[in-house]
Formats: sequence, structure tokens, C-alpha cells
Amino acid sequence: MATQAAAPAAVSTGDHDRLIEVSLVKWHFLTGFAFLLIAMLAGLLFSMQFLQQYPFKGIEIFSPGRWRFVHTQGVAYGFIANIFLGMLYWAVPRLTHRPVLSRPLSWFLFFAWQAVILATAIGVLLGQAQALEWGETPVWIDPVAEIGLILVAVNFLAPVFKTKGPMYVTLWYFVAALVWTPLVYAMGNFLPQYLMTGVAAGAIGGLFIHDLVGLFVTPLGWGMMYYFVPIILKKPIWSHGLSLVGFWGLAFFYPLNGIHHFLYTPIPMFLQYGAIISTVAVELVVTTVIINFFMTIRGTGDMLRTSIPIRWFYTGMIFYFTTCLQCAFHTTLTFQKIIHFSDWVVGHAHLVMFGVFGFWMLGLLVHLLPRVCNRAGWYSRGLNEWHFWITALSMLVMFFDLMIAGLIQGYMWRDLAAWEETIRASRPYWLVRSVSGTAIIVAQFLFAYNVIRTLAMSPAPEAAPDGEAAPDPTAGGLATA
Amino acid sequence: MFETKSGVFLVAGLGFFALAFMVMGLLPWTIYRNEPEATVAEMIEQHGIVPEFVEFAEKFPDRFKEYYGDCNAASFEAALRRGHRIYVGEACWHCHSQFVRPVSNEALRWGPVADAKEYQNELQRPVLFGTRRVGPDLSREAAHRSNDWHIAHFHKPSSVVPVSVMPEYPWFFDEDGYPNRDGMAIITYVQWLGSWIKEYPYFLGDGPRGPGEVEEEKLKFDDI
Ligand code: HEM
Ligand code: HEM
Repeated sequence: MATQAAAPAAVSTGDHDRLIEVSLVKWHFLTGFAFLLIAMLAGLLFSMQFLQQYPFKGIEIFSPGRWRFVHTQGVAYGFIANIFLGMLYWAVPRLTHRPVLSRPLSWFLFFAWQAVILATAIGVLLGQAQALEWGETPVWIDPVAEIGLILVAVNFLAPVFKTKGPMYVTLWYFVAALVWTPLVYAMGNFLPQYLMTGVAAGAIGGLFIHDLVGLFVTPLGWGMMYYFVPIILKKPIWSHGLSLVGFWGLAFFYPLNGIHHFLYTPIPMFLQYGAIISTVAVELVVTTVIINFFMTIRGTGDMLRTSIPIRWFYTGMIFYFTTCLQCAFHTTLTFQKIIHFSDWVVGHAHLVMFGVFGFWMLGLLVHLLPRVCNRAGWYSRGLNEWHFWITALSMLVMFFDLMIAGLIQGYMWRDLAAWEETIRASRPYWLVRSVSGTAIIVAQFLFAYNVIRTLAMSPAPEAAPDGEAAPDPTAGGLATA
Repeated sequence: MFETKSGVFLVAGLGFFALAFMVMGLLPWTIYRNEPEATVAEMIEQHGIVPEFVEFAEKFPDRFKEYYGDCNAASFEAALRRGHRIYVGEACWHCHSQFVRPVSNEALRWGPVADAKEYQNELQRPVLFGTRRVGPDLSREAAHRSNDWHIAHFHKPSSVVPVSVMPEYPWFFDEDGYPNRDGMAIITYVQWLGSWIKEYPYFLGDGPRGPGEVEEEKLKFDDI
């Protein structure tokens, strides 16, 4: 697409209202952010158990393990899914020049989705979790969530399929993610529960853990980057060829990775080897995507300073490369001996879930929230700067802290140290984790304060929907629209 | 194909997913297809009732009667199912794994390496391998500790292991501090884990889980 002229296809005000239900974007964003705050507080709460300082000891409904479910389910389905939905309601109509299938359905899905999340929280707090990592949603909620995901896919695929001609990169990722997500959810939640047992169920469980990150979060995240980065930088993506390699490489290799979560289990060894090789392959693919994005910003690097959203996006990309590089190593059987089961993995999970996708979403909020709330700008840019720096630095501290803790634990376990000794050795690191987590939470509350003050400002005189150009009119359905 | 709706939808979306699902999901399933899934009742028939469950019936006869009736295969099964449900609901499996790897001296610490057969039963649906060890692996826990140890431990882990970061579970106990229905269930469940292995009971007491318990020559460090 680098070679194609980016003819401006501004969306006029009247058109914009016809295409996009802005308040839906707004409410998904605000709800998603609220869930982030709740889920982080749940994480902090659980982390205090590791310091023997749990504040609600011995109260059944505050059982620490159950709050761990709230933490991980909250970030996945409350925060990440909500922000992505808001983002899709904004981007898909702009890319296709068509509204989503149905506005009433969209609003229904909004409320249904929040109901699913609340029911999940209540269910796991009452001790009804399902023994499936990332899928702890009680079994009676699973079918409802599945129907919801199918409706989401139909709602967004409808406008895409009405357009003619080839699609812009973003839509490749979105279409694939919308197909994958309901499939992954059904596979992971139903097969190991109702059809398979034991080792075979373990293989499916591994696929589910990985596909949820790789086939739901990752493609929606990258689709979002391919859409917003060119818009904010006001220039096209560097290489269309690399975009193709990135998408098709991901689509082929990612789904094959799942079993790397259960290496050295009784799952047949040749499948474990296969998973390891495709995991390393993903790292190569990721490198091409990263190169593409860094070549795109080349020459306009100053935007990293002037544009906070761009800074969030590119920091997230560096972290993405870091986690994928880390993964290419720790998926090998040599690294597995030491780091599996340890805090190394927890550090990895936080860097990728929050340091990458969480950061991209925060950048998205900084970019879009005033606009969807009909405000001229932010109440305070300074607060947004603090928000960025505190979050990013604390994230780094947490990551390195857990990585080191993981190495210490892994080596002590191998050396047959008494279990108590390994706990004693981990304690300082668990303390640093809680402290850096607290700093991250403080930063999010600063941001929340900024959001509230921004909402309290008077609405912008005329809500000009920016005349922002869709990134690629020629490759999208726009030419024919 | 690479940029079209049908290409992305059919090839990347459905096609690649189906391919990976067949290779990584259906293939292991077909491999283990002939290994039947044992019901809890069949497991009990084959491996018997763990003595710790009988001990509950003898030590707390009135309470046991109230919660479980007679001590037999049926009540043992009820306790196992209940214990499993608690193990899942309390997220025990997020801090304790249930598989022993063939590396990192794990066989010396916990006992025999995990075998696929061990997981072909109803209470491994979905499988409880686990991906994190804050606490020790539990798949060889049977008879490793006494009931009394577990009672003290679930009530207040730091009373037996001062540095323990495991939560307290007072709701497993009645007002008098005796294990209630849930308490007996979860302890029965952990006392059952690994009771089916040939070497059972694998280690009594602390075994090689403490320092200095393994003779030096048995220590072998992997080539890492
Ligand atoms: C800001 C403060 C946070 C704190 C204090 C915190 C703390 C924790 C703790 C204690 C665990 C359990 C680790 C274990 O089992 O050993 C955990 C797990 C996890 N958290 Fe957080 N967390 C925070 C934020 C986040 C955010 C923002 C995200 C994602 C957007 C996130 C995603 C996860 C994930 C994916 C896991 C599962 C890790 C695994 O099983 O490997 N956390 N967190
Ligand atoms: C009700 C759910 C749980 C059950 C059934 C359970 C069971 C056990 C058992 C039987 C032991 C002793 C193992 C041995 O040395 O033989 C143990 C130890 C341990 N558990 Fe748990 N556990 C549960 C929840 C948790 C949670 C949620 C955590 C993490 C926050 C945790 C952390 C630990 C740690 C650190 C130890 C080693 C220190 C000690 O023995 O207390 N456990 N657990």
C-alpha cells in the first residue's frame, strides 16, 4: 500500500452520525476502563496473599484464589473485550463506509456482555469456577457467552461483506479475529468439559490458553495498530508486502502453538516439538511486523514525544517484541526445565497482556476518548504524561522483578532446596511486584481523574468528527462505497 | 486470495484454525481414544478407599455420619467429587500443579513422572495439570502427610509452615474446629491424589522434599 496514493476519504459530519453510534464507543470505553480498575485491584489484593498480608483473611467470599479468577477474567473479558468492542464500533464503519448490522443489537450486546461479566464474577466468587485456565467462567454462562460472541461476529462481518474488492490490512485482522474468537471459545469451553478427558483435554486446554491471546487479542490489537498508527502519523504503512507476511504468518503459525503451555506433560512428544517450532516461527513473523512499523515511523520519530497515543503504541510494540523474543527462548525445552511453573511466566503474561495490549488500549483511549465524549481535548496533558511514565516504568520494574524471581525459583527447585526456602527467597520479589502494581494502579487513577475532569468540561462547540482519512481508500471497499 | 474477504474468512479464519485444531487437538484425542475414561466408581473399585477417609469415620464418627453416612465406596465417591469441586472452585490448581516432569530433578522431589493413564478419569475433566507452582505439586500427595497435618494446615497454613503464603480456609471447619463436610472432602481428595501409583505411598514424612534428604550421589543435574 506504500505505493498507493492515500486519497483523503474524509467522513462528513452527517455521514459520521449515520455510520457510527458514538455513544456506544464511549460506553464500551468507559466500562472497559472501569473493569481495568476493578481487575487491577483484585490483582493487588491477591498479590498481598503472597506477602502474608491478605486483608480479608478467612472470609469465604474473599478467598484469595477466587479473587485471582476475578483478576484474570476481569482483564480479559471486562477490560480487553470491552475496549476492543468500542474500537470495532469506531473503526469498522469507517473502513467499510457502512454501519454495523443493527444498532439495537449493538446496544443489546453491550448490556448482555456486561451481564455476562458480572455473572462470571459472582459465579467464581461463589466457588463455581470451571477448571480451565482463562475459561474459569462457570459452565452455565459459557453457552450465553458463546451466543454473544457469534452475534458480535455477525454484527461486524455484515458491513464488511457488503463492501466490494480487496480489504485494507486492518480488516484482514478483524475478519479473522471475528471468525476465530467464537470458534476458540467453543473449542476451549465445551470440548474438555463434555467430550474429552485427561491428556487430550490438556492439549485442548493449551490451545485455548494460547488461542485466546493469539487469535482474539493479538489480531484485534494489530488490526487496531494498522488503523490508528497511519492515521495519527498521517502517512501510510511502510511496506504492504511485510503487512501480508505478518498477517498470513500469524494466521498460519499462531493456532499451532497451544501445546507449548504443557511441555514435558504426557502429551505426545512429537506434538510438543511441533508446538515449539511453530512458536519460534511466530517470533520471526513478529519481527517483520515490528520492522514494518518502525520503518513507518522513521522520519517522524518526533511524534513519540509530541503524541502520547503514538508513544503508548510504540512502547507497546517494543514490549511486544520483547515478549515474543522471550517466548522464543522460554518455549525451548532447555529453558522450560527452569522457568516453567515459576514467576517468570507470570512476568511474561503481564508484559504481554498489559504492557502490550493494555498499553495500546490506553493509547487508544487517550486518542479517542475526548472525541467520542464530544470534548475539544483533555483536561490536562500533564496528567496524561504522568499516567504514561508511571505506568511504563512500573511495568518494566514488575517485569524484570518477576523474571528474576522466576529464575531463582526455577534453579532452587531443580537444586532440591526445601520448598520453604524457595518461598523465603521469593518474598522480596513478591513485595516489589505488589509495590510496582500499586504504582500502576495509582497511575490509572490519575488517568481516571483526568477522564472525569474532561467529562466535566463543557462540550466542544461543534463536534467536528475530525475529517480523519480512512487509511486506505483504494484497498478497502471505500472506492466502491 | 491474500486480501479478499473470502480468502481471509475461509483460508485464514476457518482453514488454518481447522488445520491446527486437527493436528494439535484431534490428533492427541485419537491417540488416547482407546484409553477409556474411568469413572470415579471404577477408580475406587480398582484402587480402593484411602485409609485417611476411613480414619475420618473412626475419629469423628458422629460428624462423619451426619455428613457422609456410612463409610463405603459410595460415600467415598461423594467426598472425592465434593473435594474436586472445592479444589477447582478455590483455585488450588492455580498455585499447585498435578504433574511431575521428567526434568529438573522433579522425580526425586515428588515421585514417579506423570503418566498419561493417570489422567484418564472423570476428575480430570478438564485436566488439572496446572501451569503455576506457588506451592508444591500435589499429584503424589496421597499419604505424604497425616490427616491431622492437613487439618492444621488448611485451618492456618502458617501454624505448620511458618513462611507459607497459602490462604487460610476456616470455612472448611465447624465452630468447634473440626473439619466439616467440605473439610473432610478436600482432605480426602488430596489424600487420594497419587494413591493409584504403584509406589504408593511414595514418601512418608518429609521425604526428599527437604534439603539433605537425598543422598548426594542420587542428585543428578540436568545438562543445563
Ligand atoms: C496492576 C497491578 C497488578 C497486580 C498487583 C497483579 C497481580 C497478579 C497476581 C498476584 C497474579 C497471580 C500470579 C500467580 O499465580 O503467581 C496475576 C496473574 C495474572 N495477571 Fe495480574 N496483576 C496486575 C495487573 C494486571 C493487568 C493490568 C493485567 C492484564 C491486562 C494482568 C494480567 C494477568 C494475567 C494474564 C495473569 C495470569 C498469569 C499466569 O497465570 O501466568 N494483571 N496478577
Ligand atoms: C483449597 C485449595 C488448596 C489446596 C487443596 C491446597 C493444598 C495444599 C497442600 C496439601 C499443601 C502441602 C503440600 C505438602 O507439602 O505436602 C500445600 C502447600 C502450599 N500451598 Fe496450597 N492448597 C490450596 C490453595 C493454595 C493457594 C491458593 C496458594 C497460593 C496463594 C497455595 C500455596 C501453597 C504454598 C506456598 C504451599 C507450601 C507451603 C505450605 O505447605 O503451606 N495453596 N497446599
